[in-house]
Amino acid sequence: MKFKSLIITLFASSIFLSIIICIWKMLATLQGVSFKNLNFNLNLLLSLGLVITCVFIGKKFNHNLKIFVLSLLFTILYTFLNENSPMWFSVGIFLLILFFTNKLKKYDLKYLNQDFISEKIVFEFLSLFAIVFFALVILFPFYIMFVTSFKTQTALLINPIDLSIDFSKNIFEIFKSYFVIFKTYDFGRYILTSSYVSVGTVLITLLFAIPAAYAVARLKFFGKTFLSTSILIIYMFPAIVLVIPLYTVFSQLGLRNSVEGLLIVYTATTLPVAIYMLQGYFKSIPKEIEEAGLIDGQNWFGIIIKIIIPLSLPAIASVSLYVFMIAWNEFLFSLMFLDNPKTFTLSRAINHLTGDAETPRQYLMAGSVVVTLPILLIFIYFEKYLVSGLTAGSVKG
Amino acid sequence: MSSSLSKIEKRTAYTLLLPAVCLVFAIILFPIFANVWISFKEVGLKDIRIPEPRAKKIVKNIQDSNSELKIIYKLRNSSLIQDIREVKFSDKLPKNIEPVNLDKRCEFKSQKIKCFFGNWEAGYRENLEIFVKNVNNNAINSKYIKSNKPDLNGKSNNILLTTDFTFKNFKNVFINNNFVELLMTTFYFTFFGTVGAILLGIFAAQLVNQKFYGRTFMRSILLFPYVGPVVALAYTWTLLLDPNSGTINSLLVNYGVIEKPINLLGQKYLIINILGFELKLRLALTTVIFFEIWRYFPLAFLFILARLQAIPKDLYEAADVDGAGPFRKFFHITLPQITAILSILFMIRFIWNFNKFEDIFLLTGGASGTLTLPISVYQQGFAVSNIGMGSAVSIVIVLLLITFMIIYFKLIGKKANEI
Repeated sequence: MKFKSLIITLFASSIFLSIIICIWKMLATLQGVSFKNLNFNLNLLLSLGLVITCVFIGKKFNHNLKIFVLSLLFTILYTFLNENSPMWFSVGIFLLILFFTNKLKKYDLKYLNQDFISEKIVFEFLSLFAIVFFALVILFPFYIMFVTSFKTQTALLINPIDLSIDFSKNIFEIFKSYFVIFKTYDFGRYILTSSYVSVGTVLITLLFAIPAAYAVARLKFFGKTFLSTSILIIYMFPAIVLVIPLYTVFSQLGLRNSVEGLLIVYTATTLPVAIYMLQGYFKSIPKEIEEAGLIDGQNWFGIIIKIIIPLSLPAIASVSLYVFMIAWNEFLFSLMFLDNPKTFTLSRAINHLTGDAETPRQYLMAGSVVVTLPILLIFIYFEKYLVSGLTAGSVKG
Repeated sequence: MSSSLSKIEKRTAYTLLLPAVCLVFAIILFPIFANVWISFKEVGLKDIRIPEPRAKKIVKNIQDSNSELKIIYKLRNSSLIQDIREVKFSDKLPKNIEPVNLDKRCEFKSQKIKCFFGNWEAGYRENLEIFVKNVNNNAINSKYIKSNKPDLNGKSNNILLTTDFTFKNFKNVFINNNFVELLMTTFYFTFFGTVGAILLGIFAAQLVNQKFYGRTFMRSILLFPYVGPVVALAYTWTLLLDPNSGTINSLLVNYGVIEKPINLLGQKYLIINILGFELKLRLALTTVIFFEIWRYFPLAFLFILARLQAIPKDLYEAADVDGAGPFRKFFHITLPQITAILSILFMIRFIWNFNKFEDIFLLTGGASGTLTLPISVYQQGFAVSNIGMGSAVSIVIVLLLITFMIIYFKLIGKKANEI
C-alpha cells in the first residue's frame, strides 16, 4: 500500500470539496443569506473524514446506496456544525456532495496502488477545479451585471451583497430599470443607431472587400505581393493613432456627430481583415469552376456574383459576423466622434450614463445588459461561423 | 493576344481594388502621415474649428406702416482667436421690395443686398440694420423675408495648413512628461497582460481538450469575455471592484478576509511586507492587467486549442505505453508542439496590448499609475486639449510599433504563414 498516493488523494479531493462548498456559500450570500464565517478549516476536516470513509468502504457496498447515505450524513453534520441556513442551501450542499462522492467511485485502496496514480489524481482534481474556476471567473461578472439591473438603489445601499431578485413585486417594479432606460434615457433610439451602424458597416465592408479580395486571390497585377503584405501591416495600426487626425479632419468637414462618418471609419478599419480573411477562402475555390464560367462568357462581375459568392457563403458569414461584432462593440471612435445624444450608439450612450455620477448603478447595468445580450445571443447562435472568424481575424483585438 | 489578356486582367484587378484601397488610404494611411504633420505644430483643440462669419437675421415690423420693415443682421466672427479676411455678405429680397437706407459698405443690385465688410478680427460683433419698403406701398410678408437666409463667406487661415513648425511637442514628450515612467508602465502592462493571457489560455485549452460532460458549453462560455462589449464589461468590473459597495470588497469584508475595503482601481501602490522587505506593488495597474488577461485569454485559448486538437493521438498513446504521467506528457509532448503558436501569439498579442486604449480608459481613465502611451494620446489631445502633443505621442507609438513589426517579421514571419 502506498501512503503517498493515499495522502495526496485525501488532500487533493478534500481541498477541492471545501473550495466548492466555499464558492457555493459565497453564491448563497449573494442571494441574501447572511453568513459571516467561511469555516474553511472545519469543512476541510469534515471533507477529509468523508473521503477517508469513502475510500475505506471502497466497493464493499452498493455504490448508489453508499453515496446517498454518506452525502446525507455529511450534509446533516455540516448543517449542524455551521451557521443557520435555509433549506435550499442544504439541498445544494447535498447535491454537491452527491456529485463529489460519485467522482470518488473508483477510488479504493486497490486503485490507489497503481503506478503514477498520485499524479493522475492531482491532474483529475485540478481539471475539475479548473472547470469550476473558469466557469465562475467568466460567468460571475455577467451574472452580477444581470442581477444588479433588477435591484433598486435603496436595496443596494442597505445591503450591497444581497443581489436576490424580489419576485413578490409586480413585473413593472422588477423591470423598472429597463423601462427607465428606454423611456428617460432613450435607449430605443441608441439600439436602432447601433444596429444601423453595425449592419451598414457589414454591408459596405462586404461590398468593398469581396472584389478586392477576389483581385488579390486570383488576378495577376503589378504590386500584388506588396499589397497583400501591407494589408496585414495596416491592420496592426491601432485606432488610437488615427484618432487625432481623423478628429480634426472630421471636425472641419462637419462629419462629426454624424452616423455616416462613423460608418466610413468603421468600414475602413475592418476592410483589411475582411480582405485578408476572404482572399484566403477564395484561393481555396478550384480555379476550374471559374474557367468554366469564363468559357460561358461571364465577365469578372458575373464570376464574382454567380460563382464566387455562392461558393464562399460560409466565409462571408464569418466575415460578416466578425465585422458586426467589431462595429457593435466599438467604443473609441464613437467616443471621439459623437457628442450629440441624438447620434449616440449604445456603447457611447452607456459611457454617457456614467458621466453623471448620480446615475444609479442599476440603470448602468440595465444598459450594459441591453448592449451585451444581442451580441452574446448572436454568438451562441452562430458560434461556428464566429469562431472561425475570430480565429482568422484574431490578429486584432 | 496573351499580352492583351493580361492587360485586361491588370485593369480588372485595379478597378476591383480601387475602392477599397482609396478608402483605406483616406482613413488609415492618411491619418498616420497627418500625425507627423500635426506633431510638429502648436495646435490646440480650439484651433481646429475654422472661423466662420455668421449672421442671424431678425425681422421687425415698424409701427403705423405695414409696407415697411426693419431687418437686423446680427453679424459675428464665430472664432474668438482668429481673424477672417475679406468677408462678403449677400441676401436676397423679394420682388418690389427695396432697401431704404443702405450702409456704405453695401450695394443693392438685382434684388440682392451685397456687402463687403473687409476684415473681422477675432470675436468681432456688429448689428447691421436695414430698412426695407415695398415699392407699391403694399403690405410686406415678413415671414417670407425671414425665410431667406443670408450668404456669408470670408477667408481665414487654417492653422493646420500653415507652415509654422516647432519641435516643442517632441521636447515636451521626451523631457517634461515623465517619458520613462510612461514607457515603463506601458511595457509592464503589455508584457504581463500578454504572458498572463497566454498562460491562462494554455490552461483553458488543455482543459477543454479533455473529454467531460458539458465540454461544448464550456468552450462557448470561455469566449464570452472576448465577445462581449468592452463598455459593459469594464463598467461591470468597476462596480464589482468598487471600494464602497462593490460586491467583491463587500464579500471579503463580510467574511473577514480583509478588514477594510481595498480600492483596487484607485490605489497606486500596495505595500507588502515579506520577511522585512517592503515590496511596492502597483495595485491599480495590476488590477487593470488582470482585467486585460480576463478579457483576452479567450483568444489565446482559441489558437492553442486548435493546435492541441491537431496533435496526433499516437504520441500520447506511445507515452502511455512508456508509463508517462499527465504532467510529463504535458511538458514533453504538448508544450513542444505548441511553442510555435505560442511565439506567434506572444508577438501578436504584445502588439495589440501595446495599443490597448479602451480597457484602461474605461477602468481608470489613466489615473493611479495606469497611464500608458495610448491613454496619453487621449489625455494630451483631448483632456489637455493639445492636439499637437497628442500627435507627437502617436508618432512615438507608431515608431515603436514599426520596430515590433520588423522584429516580428524577422523572427517568425515565415512560421506565421505556415500555420
